[in-house]
Amino acid sequence: MVSAEVATKKPLSPWSDVWRRLKRNRLAVVGLVIISVFLIVGSAETVANIAGVNLAPYEPNAVNYKLSPLGYGSSPSWSHPFGTDYLGRDIFSRALVATRISLLVGIIAMAIALGIGLVLGPVSGYYGGVVDAVIMRLADIFFSFPYILFVLLLVFVLGPGFVSVFIAIGLLNWATYARLVRGSVLSVKTMEYVEAARAQGASDLRIIFRHVLPNTMAPVYVAAAMGIGGAIVTEAGLSFLGLGIQAPDASWGKMIADYQSYFLTGRWWMLTFPSLLLVITVFGFISLGNGLRDATDPKLKE
Amino acid sequence: MADRLLEVKDLSTHFFTYAGVVRAVNGVSFTLDHGETLGIVGESGSGKTVTALSIMRLVADPPGKIVAGSIALKGRDLLALKEDEMRAVRGNDMAMIFQDPMTSLNPVLRIGTQIAEAIQLHQGKSKKEAWRLAADLLDQVGIADAQKRVRQYPFELSGGMRQRVMIAMAISCNPDILIADEPTTALDVTIQAQIIDVMREMQTQYHSGVILITHDLGVVAKVADKVMVMYGGRTVEYGPVDEVYYNPHHPYTWGLLGSLPRLDLSDKTRLTPIDGQPPNLLTMSAGCPFAGRCPYELPACRDTWPQLEIVGLEHGCHCLLPSSERVSDRDKLPRFTVGVA
Amino acid sequence: MSLLEVKDLKKHFPIRGGVFKGTTGQVRAVDGVSFTLTEGETLGLVGESGCGKSTTARVILRLLQATTGEVTYDGQNVMAASRGDMQRLRRDMQMIFQDPYASLNPRMRVRDIVAEPLRIHKIGSENDLAERVARLLETVGLTVEHADRYPHEFSGGQRQRIGIARALALDPRLIICDEPVSALDVSIRAQIINLLEDLQDELNLTYLFIAHDLAVVKHISDRVAVMYLGKIVEIAARDRLYEQPRHPYTEALLSAVPIPDPRAERARQRIILAGDVPSPANPPQGCVFHPRCPRMRPDPCQTVMPPLTGKGDSHMVACYFPTP
Repeated sequence: MVSAEVATKKPLSPWSDVWRRLKRNRLAVVGLVIISVFLIVGSAETVANIAGVNLAPYEPNAVNYKLSPLGYGSSPSWSHPFGTDYLGRDIFSRALVATRISLLVGIIAMAIALGIGLVLGPVSGYYGGVVDAVIMRLADIFFSFPYILFVLLLVFVLGPGFVSVFIAIGLLNWATYARLVRGSVLSVKTMEYVEAARAQGASDLRIIFRHVLPNTMAPVYVAAAMGIGGAIVTEAGLSFLGLGIQAPDASWGKMIADYQSYFLTGRWWMLTFPSLLLVITVFGFISLGNGLRDATDPKLKE
Repeated sequence: MADRLLEVKDLSTHFFTYAGVVRAVNGVSFTLDHGETLGIVGESGSGKTVTALSIMRLVADPPGKIVAGSIALKGRDLLALKEDEMRAVRGNDMAMIFQDPMTSLNPVLRIGTQIAEAIQLHQGKSKKEAWRLAADLLDQVGIADAQKRVRQYPFELSGGMRQRVMIAMAISCNPDILIADEPTTALDVTIQAQIIDVMREMQTQYHSGVILITHDLGVVAKVADKVMVMYGGRTVEYGPVDEVYYNPHHPYTWGLLGSLPRLDLSDKTRLTPIDGQPPNLLTMSAGCPFAGRCPYELPACRDTWPQLEIVGLEHGCHCLLPSSERVSDRDKLPRFTVGVA
Repeated sequence: MSLLEVKDLKKHFPIRGGVFKGTTGQVRAVDGVSFTLTEGETLGLVGESGCGKSTTARVILRLLQATTGEVTYDGQNVMAASRGDMQRLRRDMQMIFQDPYASLNPRMRVRDIVAEPLRIHKIGSENDLAERVARLLETVGLTVEHADRYPHEFSGGQRQRIGIARALALDPRLIICDEPVSALDVSIRAQIINLLEDLQDELNLTYLFIAHDLAVVKHISDRVAVMYLGKIVEIAARDRLYEQPRHPYTEALLSAVPIPDPRAERARQRIILAGDVPSPANPPQGCVFHPRCPRMRPDPCQTVMPPLTGKGDSHMVACYFPTP
């Protein structure tokens, strides 16, 4: 009889070790905090937007010429911690509300990219042969598409508005995740537990999604964390170019675009705060991504 | 009193990890003479590989550290040497052969280069001379067509041949001690027989001492003069090979011998396994690591590590059970009475 | 009554090479293997690396498609079975794998691993499953507390028990054991071997036991077949094979296995074979063993592979000069 040597503690999921290692990485923890704040604010704003309620101290689009005497806005003060812009709108409120946009781009773009990539990638890797060749060539096509052109195309097809832009970002990125997963799938599919599943009569679909995919996800989490950061930056860039958010709505990118010309006149506050928020948020995602990568790397185990 | 070739006393190597201290080797002592073969037998977690690495001072520091004991090679204290002095010893006075011939050779260097490297380093010979010696060595270890092979890359050789190359590398500088860590585990059994033969020939030719580390009790019976049985980082039994095999005194040793399926026994009696699991080196008690699996465990076993008890000619064992009781318990086991010749 | 019949099974893997990826050769992993298995018996299949024993197992279970040959299970043709028939057959033929660390899905809990075959074949409701899993775990010497844990929390021997529990889930009649104890510590091997023997008695299982360790095979088998380079070179009842081997390869193999008995070892006659095992991609002409054979004579050994024949069909050898 086997002695029940396995200690009577809680079952150790494969993630507990990752979590422990992650906690020791200070940057990653900072990133986690930043992301949490971002998520809370962003979700709150999304809900508020749907409910038609304003959570910010001021109306983000409320024009107030009195606060912009020379047409250059007013500098930060106690009542307006981030200052006001050239139309007298409170920058803090605008930035807050814009958090929702950044959150949305992250979610929508990631959902699409992962939704496609995590299906085509494993299928491609598991079957190999013609299927693999076709899917990978498709991925190549998406990789080589000129960014702006594609976004314009999609906006044309799907209609204007920032949701089309976000869908475009997602579609441009599925190939990255597909490739990533495919690589892992190639090695996982040779493992004996996959063979065991086949010997039991599991269908290909079941094997791919129940046995293979869960074991290939580690690099995906890392890439996804970085990817969200990337999507936010991309949205900022596109808005900067005028392709995303349209006036009078705000996103950080739009704000940067609108306010950049004022910077050189010495009105630093309009450009600085949205930029800072953008940088900090993206930094948070990248730090978490890096931390995850270090925490899941088997060779770095002690 | 003449120095023995190798004298290890109370060696302890611990690993300091985030999860705790792993006492991989704990108070191990043994000696080795010229021309003698010592077999170190144990399973996973027994500490046999770490013992060998400690002697060669190849233990990664951090997290590992030799925390106690002494290692004397021909009277010279190896633990007191500086790293560059130690490097002069490695490959020259002591050489090691590792388990997996597939990964022990550098895939991008030719065989000749790899063998010649040690020769050039330790014997100061020219490259040309070293390569000639390398081809010679390949011939000695039984590789046909040595002149052609010496210019080849590892991937062009089979597993058995690669292991022969490892042996050639190891003996290239006439070492006094050859340490072989599971040299045949990754090989087929017919190739294993060839490799063991080569090692024996080399030992006779160079009169070196051999430390053979393995879990295979059959290989040890074949080549060893004396045997050290390790469990959980400690030596549980030590002695001449005939003594340990025919008169084993530690319950682990006879448990191991009794649990092996045997080629030479014609009965289909049930094997007598050792219950339980291999030791967890993180949660070791101060006492005998085999307590918990030992069917003859005494209450004191978990806390007290038994003193060395001499039970036969040069044959020692660490066990709290009185030796008369031990022998009578052992002789009651079914498999056992068959094994005793 | 033979449960499994294998006739002239061949599995060749094409070697693709050249710029246009044409087929430049064949790896003859399994090259004409035939044997039968009676219900309740254990056939040991031994051989060194590259002999084709693991490939044979996979072809029998149709995890690989055979190149030619027949496999008949309980009267049914396995090679030609339809999808539905194959699913039914899979419930009867299961496999235990070699590597306890790679044969369990690290992201699944033990209860899901053991229940997986039941879920695949849609046997039992979710409520039943918990009970069945508990019973299976107990059968292999584990407890129901182990069900919630992950594979990495267990030792090699325990993982192998989980693998056995999984193989038993569908109540199979035939279990192919592919080197089930090679990767385990020596002191654990006996536990698992005993377990397999007990299960065979209790459940009337039939085993095809694949291993390279001749001592283990001797212990558990009723009959033994020796493979070399894709062919069976000798097949006999266990005691006959070990005491009176007839094929030179079998003799060499037996003499090479170390025995944990110093005096016996010293007294032994050793037959050391020259050379390495040739690659199955380039097998020798004629008898596959002839380049290393001490009894080789150019004619006929170098020209034609000897057929597997024997007196009374119970001890068969593929050799022109077998020991009588």
